[in-house]
Amino acid sequence: MMVDETDRKIIQATQAGLPLTTQPYQTLADQLALTAEEIMQRLSAMKNSGIIRRIGAVPNHYKLGYRFNGMTVWNIVDEMIDELGQKVGQLDFVSHCYQRPRKLPEWPYNLFAMVHGKSQDEVDLQIRKISELLSDNNLGCDVLYSTKILKKTGFRSAMQHATD
Amino acid sequence: MLTHLHKQLLNDYQHDFPLSARPYQDIADELGVTENEVLTAFTELNTKQLISRIGPVIPPNHIGVSALVAMSVPEQQLQAIADKISAYPEVNHNYEREHLFNLWFVVIASDAEHLFDVINEIERETSLKALRLPMLDDFFIDLGFKLDLTNA
Repeated sequence: MMVDETDRKIIQATQAGLPLTTQPYQTLADQLALTAEEIMQRLSAMKNSGIIRRIGAVPNHYKLGYRFNGMTVWNIVDEMIDELGQKVGQLDFVSHCYQRPRKLPEWPYNLFAMVHGKSQDEVDLQIRKISELLSDNNLGCDVLYSTKILKKTGFRSAMQHATD
Repeated sequence: MLTHLHKQLLNDYQHDFPLSARPYQDIADELGVTENEVLTAFTELNTKQLISRIGPVIPPNHIGVSALVAMSVPEQQLQAIADKISAYPEVNHNYEREHLFNLWFVVIASDAEHLFDVINEIERETSLKALRLPMLDDFFIDLGFKLDLTNA
């Protein structure tokens, strides 16, 4: 499905969060000069087609005590990346799992998985679990911890630009 | 301290938030509380920043195109370079990480051409090489993140 201008408007308006009013879709409808029914139908259609992955509360992991967030990167044998990427993506402590291109010689890693824990020990254990799952198909790995968040505007302002 | 209701809202409503006229009432009915209690609890989670929002989550590259970019920046220049990069409206996440590649950011644009232009411009402005790492495949089946809230 293709999203149209109205779909984009709805997505953009909800990136700051659904209003905490008794009738949030009606509140949005008033802001966007649409009807609540149309907003719900469009959100439902975008969800069914996969444009929207899910609709719900987006927890702030860091504030909930998940202070150890590692970007794990792996060099996986090409023929195995689909199968193994899906397995890693299903682990309940992994929040994002993507295949990205290698950039040789300086960047040999083609699988990225973000892990989150409440202690270094917990994250170390998670990394060991991924490593065991990948077994001999893992040709090398690294873990990058963030030391500073320099900008995190979220999707909203970037979206405004992307939809210009 | 989180109440039982807070914990239920955090863990059980990361997906399938009701698409209905009174969604908070529907959640209240499911949990056996009042609509007002649900709204109050969500407002508290919001105010304490324990949730960043309630709303639709869009996977990357479904609207607009994006790329993860990594740079190796000399330590003493890091803040100045990071500030220059963060000033681009197309840049959303920008993180310092402990690695030879110590600056990681996401560029999001309306189309591939604009995306390449922005990354090229960042390379010119900083005189540093950018490692372009666009997503090739997304393996994550997002059913929400199961939170351990026992001590929360």
